[in-house]
Amino acid sequence: MRVGVVTFPGSLDDVDARRAVGLGGHEAVALWHGDHDLQGVDAIVLPGGFSYGDYLRCGAISRFAPVMTEVVAAARKGMPVLGICNGFQILCESHLLPGALIRNDHRKFVCRDQRLRIENNRTPWTSAYPDGAEVTIVLKNGEGGFVADDATLDRLEGEGQVVARYLDGNPNGSMRDVAGITNDRGNVVGLMPHPEHAVEELTGSGTDGLGFFTSLAAAVLSR
Amino acid sequence: MARVVVDVMPKPEILDPQGKAVLGALPRLGFDGVTDVRQGKRFELTLDGEVSEQVLAEVREMAETLLSNPVIEDFEVHVEDHFVAEIAAEEGRQ
Repeated sequence: MRVGVVTFPGSLDDVDARRAVGLGGHEAVALWHGDHDLQGVDAIVLPGGFSYGDYLRCGAISRFAPVMTEVVAAARKGMPVLGICNGFQILCESHLLPGALIRNDHRKFVCRDQRLRIENNRTPWTSAYPDGAEVTIVLKNGEGGFVADDATLDRLEGEGQVVARYLDGNPNGSMRDVAGITNDRGNVVGLMPHPEHAVEELTGSGTDGLGFFTSLAAAVLSR
Repeated sequence: MARVVVDVMPKPEILDPQGKAVLGALPRLGFDGVTDVRQGKRFELTLDGEVSEQVLAEVREMAETLLSNPVIEDFEVHVEDHFVAEIAAEEGRQ
């Protein structure tokens, strides 16, 4: 499969994301924020970083980048889209996912190996994980507190749209320990931790993140 | 020329860590008696021509789509009248 990774001005983890896509068995395609062109990719990753310097709000300016018009249209038609960290923030600002991400409640940047439970393995990004899998994936953010009103949180939990939850303590003040969510349709996933940094034994905490990139083939083939 | 101001504030129920940090710093500087601080953003838009209802509607649309995130923030729009008066005074002097 061809998986596009968008680079915005200020993206940091686009190269790691492309590498992870390759290790997951796919062809990574570099996409540029200023192009109205998805180059025929089958899925899209919005990587982490500080696009547009986090000016205004994290992801607020990126949402209006030319490429996002195409990403939003493709996502609404069912294309798998994964937003990691800043990518998650962009997906919320784009209204592809509900809620928002605000500054960590303890006001410090957090960088740690984070335990997570995968609570929904029915998305194209998580199908490689056993139901309820507990994994360790690096988390690094300053504005990772997931917030939404109670009705939205109840709906996300009730419909199984919480994809991943923090274990062993809440690292950033996220409501109901939410680390990642998906949309109604299940094709768009936003995740605060960074699976693209947990794909090789040599670096990082292990390879628990690789499943996000190997899941894709099975998911798309089964469509 | 006219100036329209958009004030954006975190919704009351949304945690404001920046405001909390400021609140924590004030007593250390000897400013006592402040019980809460909320930090927001102020946008000053300088516009061509007169401020009509149509212009204000457009500013509200800007506030809803870009300047604020309605999920976590509220906004208020007001026209800064003294800015218009200052311009007029400036032109009067020339």
